[in-house]
Amino acid sequence: MKSKIEKKLLSQHQLNAVAAGCLSRNYGRTFCSVVEGGESSSCPKAEDKTDQGEKFERTSKAEPYDIAIVGGGMVGMAFACALSRNPMTKHLTVAIIDNNPALGFKTSFKRSEIPDPRVSTVTPATISFFRDIGAWEYVLQQRHAYFDKMQVIFPFIGLGLHWVGYTRYNARDVGKECLGCVVENKVLHYSLLSSFQSGAELQWALYPARLSSMTVPSPRSVSSRIMSQLEDSPSGRFVKLDLSDGNTLHARLVVGADGSKSNVREMAALKSTQRSYSQSAIICTVEHAVENDCAWQRFLPSGPIALLPVGDRFSNVVWSMRPEEASAHKSMDGDDLAKAINRAMDDGHGPQPGSGVLGGYVERISSFTSWWGPSSSAAEPFRAPPRVTAVASERMVFPLSLMHAHDYVTRRVALVGDAAHTVHPLAGQGVNMGFGDASALAKVIAEGVSVGTDLGELTLLKRYEKERKAGNATMMAILDGFQKAFAVDAGPLNLLRAAAFHGAQYIPPLKRNIISYASGDQKWPLFS
Amino acid sequence: MALRWCLRGLALGRAIGSSSSRLQLQQSTNNALFSARSLPQALQWWRSRADAPLPPSSPLPLIHLPPPDESKHRGSAEGDPLTFSAFSSSIDEVEVAKFAAIADTWWDSEGPFKPLHSMNPTRLSFIRSALCRHFGRDPNCAKPLEGLKIVDVGCGGGILSEPLARMGAVVTGIDAVEKNIKIANLHAELDPVTSSIEYRCATAEKMAEEEQTFDAVISLEVIEHVSDPAGFCKSLGDLAVPDGAIVISTINRTIRSYAVTIVAAEYILGWLPKGTHQWSSFVTPEELVLIMQRASISVQEMAGFVYNPLTGEWSLSDDTSVNYVACGIKRNP
Repeated sequence: MKSKIEKKLLSQHQLNAVAAGCLSRNYGRTFCSVVEGGESSSCPKAEDKTDQGEKFERTSKAEPYDIAIVGGGMVGMAFACALSRNPMTKHLTVAIIDNNPALGFKTSFKRSEIPDPRVSTVTPATISFFRDIGAWEYVLQQRHAYFDKMQVIFPFIGLGLHWVGYTRYNARDVGKECLGCVVENKVLHYSLLSSFQSGAELQWALYPARLSSMTVPSPRSVSSRIMSQLEDSPSGRFVKLDLSDGNTLHARLVVGADGSKSNVREMAALKSTQRSYSQSAIICTVEHAVENDCAWQRFLPSGPIALLPVGDRFSNVVWSMRPEEASAHKSMDGDDLAKAINRAMDDGHGPQPGSGVLGGYVERISSFTSWWGPSSSAAEPFRAPPRVTAVASERMVFPLSLMHAHDYVTRRVALVGDAAHTVHPLAGQGVNMGFGDASALAKVIAEGVSVGTDLGELTLLKRYEKERKAGNATMMAILDGFQKAFAVDAGPLNLLRAAAFHGAQYIPPLKRNIISYASGDQKWPLFS
Repeated sequence: MALRWCLRGLALGRAIGSSSSRLQLQQSTNNALFSARSLPQALQWWRSRADAPLPPSSPLPLIHLPPPDESKHRGSAEGDPLTFSAFSSSIDEVEVAKFAAIADTWWDSEGPFKPLHSMNPTRLSFIRSALCRHFGRDPNCAKPLEGLKIVDVGCGGGILSEPLARMGAVVTGIDAVEKNIKIANLHAELDPVTSSIEYRCATAEKMAEEEQTFDAVISLEVIEHVSDPAGFCKSLGDLAVPDGAIVISTINRTIRSYAVTIVAAEYILGWLPKGTHQWSSFVTPEELVLIMQRASISVQEMAGFVYNPLTGEWSLSDDTSVNYVACGIKRNP
């Protein structure tokens, strides 16, 4: 055991000494051959390892990988970590295909002064998944921001009324300590890489290349497959992956974790429904004078704007608006942008709630509904979001679209994360759905291994799809419904909408339901 | 058509009437062929002519009944399967052709063997937990059966043998039908992990004669197709090392199993080809335990497989009224 670790460390130094290239392929190989004692023919012979500059040649009769993960991003690496932590799956052979140099396993992580604008809000369900796979301890060592309060603001202006509806959520409503945690994407990714490296008994190999083509075996009957004389090469039975650097590998199961423009989804001919919102999101990091401990979101006629605490008096702004406005904001001066953000979050959209006729009505109703149970946040008054003092980072603009694959799986192929579904960022659910997919697929594969199932079998993969697709589709429908509801700007509808959503502020059971659904603790929005 | 129904009714009536005395009949080894089985055998012949496909791995020679040879057969009707020879070559070709058509679909999980495929994970989880408990293996690892020599009697296309090999066992699969062995071999060779499985066209008796022994003997959904269950069980026992495990699964002989496996599965839902099962040859748990005890196997565990039509999933339960499985240990005689 000790010698195994020593050999592993040694090859890690080798890896750091030479740029990520063909050697990174040999890294996993070295480990593999040490463990297996050369039994598997996928391990290189001694002479291959020494020729570090030479391209790695594989024999055609090489043993196929159990799983090939295409895409080593957050969801792909989370899936790899989940496999490596489960006792059933930790001895599988895994190939990770991604030409991101970060996967070359640099030893150190540069903590940047200013948070990167690409952040994700991880829900409590995702946090517990990260704990299970041993990655959360690495996140805690870097910048992260728990938040236990959330305020969603629905302003209404029109019909002679100025009114701001709001809903305030507190983690204490459901007896929890936090509603979520905001973490930079690169921190999440690095934590997953660290956890994977430290825990992996998995035999894995990294292929720093892109997938150029993939051949999935067709569902012909056994006899015709045999008759076609393909039994000499494993391609008759397994998926053949051709990479951009000329390598070819075979795998029993290909997991597509390669993002919304997934190659795997395209090559496996899995259809999807796509609709682009006529909105783009502009993201940037902003600074405050005081610490921000609450997540703010305000629904404007043009689109929602969110202010998420990132830690160290920084917050992340995600503002969805029309594409041309987004590019205008992107090229704005820093001060002007800060002013625009402050205006969007707080000013110019009517007085504080509690004033005006409607406000008075609503407060009277709240006293009636208080018998439904104590809810601290129902009694909490409206608070104004903290003012932005400066824009601290570069701005990025992303187009927003909705996409859902009709099928997540086919023979020997499964999709996870953004490759299977993309959503509007208005509720911070996108990557959490992806992590849920990774966790579910790892569990299903472990169940399959426990009864000796062939990993690419459709019946096994359908179980993963059954578990995830319906839940994901429901969440996406709700988010899409939200987006549509706020996209219309018509007087009476605005009032109705604002009143309806504000009503949730005074209905504690509904609020508890919303919180636990959004936290991932509840699978279905109602009747759970 | 009408004649087929009459014969079926007769067979059923006979079965109900003679179920209690079935055991005694089976004991008369010499007469196994010419006892109450002869009518169902004729029925099989009739069915074979009338385009009903055979049960998956029937060791019962359809047409040619070899003379009972005490020394060779040990009372089972499983003759040399290569003498699947017919009265005339045309019927043989028909049989082989029918088998070829079915054998092709062994591995089509939506084809005629769909119930077997969908039941497979449940059967495997029982075998896994039973063998792990018996051999003291850690069930929480990927290859708990590492190094165990297992024989799959009546392996068919290898649906059970391949997962057992993936769990680390050294598997030998035997079946009386040559075509099944061919298909199983070719399918297993497609994956390096399963290519180590040895398939042989043989019967349990033949293997026992060759004095082959295994750590575990598994025979699922076979004993209800055998003409002499007691003799078959004895051969299974002979194949096991002392303190080895024997796992047998079959279908119970109850009204419910008739309704489910014959009426529903064969006629209404069409899951199985008509004529696959014969209710009279189903074995009750009590009979099975008795048969196994006579073969020096002490039964340790028994469980039922139930199918939930709403979710389409099989699960293990205490309900043995339709499908059930038993695991026993070979005692030193």
